[in-house]
Amino acid sequence: MSIDLSQFHQVFFEESFEGLQVMESCLLELDCSQVDSETINSIFRAAHSIKGSSSTFGFSEVSEFTHVLETLLDQVREGKRQLQPDHVDLLLQSVDCLSNMLTALQAGTAVDTAQSQQLIQAFHQILSGAGEPAAVGATQSEVAASAPTVSASDSTCWHIRFVPEAHLLRTGNEPLRMFRELAELGELETQVNLERLPDLGCLNPEECYLSWDLYLTSSHPRTDIEEIFEWVVDDCEVVITASGGLFGEREQPAEEFPAPAEVMADPALPTEQAAPATAARAQQASPTPATRKETGKSAESTSIRVSIEKIDSLVNLVGELVITQSMLGQMGADLNLNNIQKLQEGLAQLEHNTRELQESVMRIRMLPISFTFSRFPRMVRDLSRQLGKKIELKMLGEQTELDKTVMEKIGDPLVHLVRNGIDHGLESPEQRLAAGKPETGTITLNAFHQGGNIVIEIIDDGKGLNRERILQKAIANGVISEHETLSDEQIQELIFQPGFSTAEQVTDVSGRGVGMDVVRRNIQELNGSIEVRSVEGQGSTFTIRLPLTLAILDGQLVEVGGQTYIIPLVSIVESLQPDMRLINHVAGGCDVFRLRDEYIPIIKLWEVFGLQPRSDNLAESLLVVVETGNTKVALVVDDLLGQQQVVIKSMATNYHKVDGISGATILGDGTVSLILEITDLIAMGGVTQQAKNGLQLVSGKTRAA
Amino acid sequence: MNAMEQRGHEQIDLEVSGRENDQTDQYLTFIMADEEYGVDILSVQEIRGWETVTPIPNSPPHVKGVINLRGTIVPIVDLRQRFGLERVEYGPLTVVIVLKVAGAKASRVMGIVVDAVSDVYSLANEEMKSAPDLGDQVNTAYIKGLVNVNNKMVVLLDIDQLLGVDSIPEVSISAIKEMKESH
Repeated sequence: MSIDLSQFHQVFFEESFEGLQVMESCLLELDCSQVDSETINSIFRAAHSIKGSSSTFGFSEVSEFTHVLETLLDQVREGKRQLQPDHVDLLLQSVDCLSNMLTALQAGTAVDTAQSQQLIQAFHQILSGAGEPAAVGATQSEVAASAPTVSASDSTCWHIRFVPEAHLLRTGNEPLRMFRELAELGELETQVNLERLPDLGCLNPEECYLSWDLYLTSSHPRTDIEEIFEWVVDDCEVVITASGGLFGEREQPAEEFPAPAEVMADPALPTEQAAPATAARAQQASPTPATRKETGKSAESTSIRVSIEKIDSLVNLVGELVITQSMLGQMGADLNLNNIQKLQEGLAQLEHNTRELQESVMRIRMLPISFTFSRFPRMVRDLSRQLGKKIELKMLGEQTELDKTVMEKIGDPLVHLVRNGIDHGLESPEQRLAAGKPETGTITLNAFHQGGNIVIEIIDDGKGLNRERILQKAIANGVISEHETLSDEQIQELIFQPGFSTAEQVTDVSGRGVGMDVVRRNIQELNGSIEVRSVEGQGSTFTIRLPLTLAILDGQLVEVGGQTYIIPLVSIVESLQPDMRLINHVAGGCDVFRLRDEYIPIIKLWEVFGLQPRSDNLAESLLVVVETGNTKVALVVDDLLGQQQVVIKSMATNYHKVDGISGATILGDGTVSLILEITDLIAMGGVTQQAKNGLQLVSGKTRAA
Repeated sequence: MNAMEQRGHEQIDLEVSGRENDQTDQYLTFIMADEEYGVDILSVQEIRGWETVTPIPNSPPHVKGVINLRGTIVPIVDLRQRFGLERVEYGPLTVVIVLKVAGAKASRVMGIVVDAVSDVYSLANEEMKSAPDLGDQVNTAYIKGLVNVNNKMVVLLDIDQLLGVDSIPEVSISAIKEMKESH
């Protein structure tokens, strides 16, 4: 067995985590009073394939644990046991436990079995619970589950006759490995039968001619033995006979395997059989000892699952591209003036193809946001118990797609916002009833596309932001002075200040005041924005706006000091030729420009970047008004060039982060152009809080004049 | 810290090869202000002519800017200015050597502007003399060693030290001059 199984580990972990996710979401859907058999089946299938593949890869801790879990599920599925709410709780805990185990395995660290042992005990208690009409089949599973605790005096001697078909090895199964597993159950004696073995000349090394008589003395029940042969039952004849011992009288003298027919009907089984088949290829008739390589390191690379449709459309597009290319090639071979028209058409076609191809490739990175949303039902359920609040979670627009990188980074901020909404926003049932609201509070997660952005809203119908308390807190913290009058908007902005928490009591859910500013910073790092609207007594809405992708951006090309820079189009409010009468100079070196009702600080790009401008007279330059967060500034540029979509390349890959520059791109002529980072520029331009304070002063003056 | 580890590894490497005695490495050498310098040829990605770069705002003067190297943004460093030499006008012989530099986390691709490319030498490790200690004032971490080729001294540069770390150590040509004299 020279196949290095570790190369499949990554796939195994991904599949298992997916399986866990399925289990979790199904468990949350379960209604104990009316159990939907399809839901139970999907949970069972997920658990079963985790068990199967984990034992293939030798992660016995996982497979043993899943086995116990599966026993309970099986009984529920068979209708032998009524599902209780505490069963669901236990199963959910097991999902967490499994996820911990898998994470530990993935990281190559030791698995902490304390938690799983505890849960296994709990399962045993349920499984052996009195008053439950356990059927014969269930007794077997029960014994299987409690097998490790059965004392050695319960040993049974099993006789197993194992006659594989000749093609057994070609299905990727390995008798030696199975025997080794049997040997783990107890004392194993084997007797090989060579009567089918042909002469060396006619021997086909890929076929199996041997058969075995195995004598196993073990305290393990029959099901454990059957399980070992589970994958090969189709390809061999297995007869398991009990020859004495405690269980001897209970078992029939000879029972043909496979006994549990329902396992065969299980739809998950084919995939399971496929797993070992790919993992292990055909072996020689005399099998060599398996060397299972245990690698401690976890694969760093991440992968992405792409629907086959997307791939197909890509293949089609590439096909079209090739056709266009060959058409253009032909035209190039005999180019004359009559062909010009056709050539132009061809080039237009090429452009069209390229754009579509680009869009398709970008779409590969896009995943539905349900990947992020899926963690919330469980979280809300747990929080609702913990806090004693009744909460309903509504999720809308789960199919809205966004870039995988963006998705990974938005997860934590979203969790934070939802926790905040539940902890601070929603009131206790009594308070809600007193306020004339329904007892159950609602948290709504809504995602949709708007322009080139994805918008995610977190809406709660709780008590809303407390204006007075925020103000008091802000004054106490020295964020604002006592006499300042602020608009509602400005007050709501305050919650994004560092160290700001109005929770009277710090709970372990939230209220440490490290949250909202971090949330905002994370979102701004993604070139996104967050704002809050709140009506006291009716609830709050947090709105997050994010670019669909981090890889492509619509840019405005501008010229400054002979260099071409790119301003992200999303941040541009407007571009205009300045009217010198509207420009004022503020003491302290900052020019401001009056745009309608606002005074906007002017940043001279050439000054910030140390370039030589075409003209330092503002009247001969252009102003580009840009906005980030809630700050507007006007950038002075020499000229506006075109607009185009640019592919963002990182400067940090080969150099390091440059102040005022978010990245670089390659223009049509092959030269590099730098993309401006507005937030940085504002800091670099010296437009700080002080300057803004000065600004208010001056604006007051001009108004008076 | 990483850089120190790396240096530690290198010393071990040298010792090992010293015992084996038959280890030779190839070095690409180039000319700058009539001095010959060498870099490990395995770190050289390509050699290209000088082309116009896009300047990076507020960067140190020796960082000329970035170029597009088949879709990758590659910064270009003028080694003359890096060493504090007088800068010269770029001419048709000016070359850019594109190097792969081992950084703290990942390797980076960078270009260095030099006067001209000279030769490729196979040098046994034992021929290489370590840089003399010039006291605390002069950082010699970026010098891998000195070799004598045809009675000419070639300074072998450790490009990982020279370009890899973020805080680029102060380099001065006087240090090399001084070294040459003491050599």
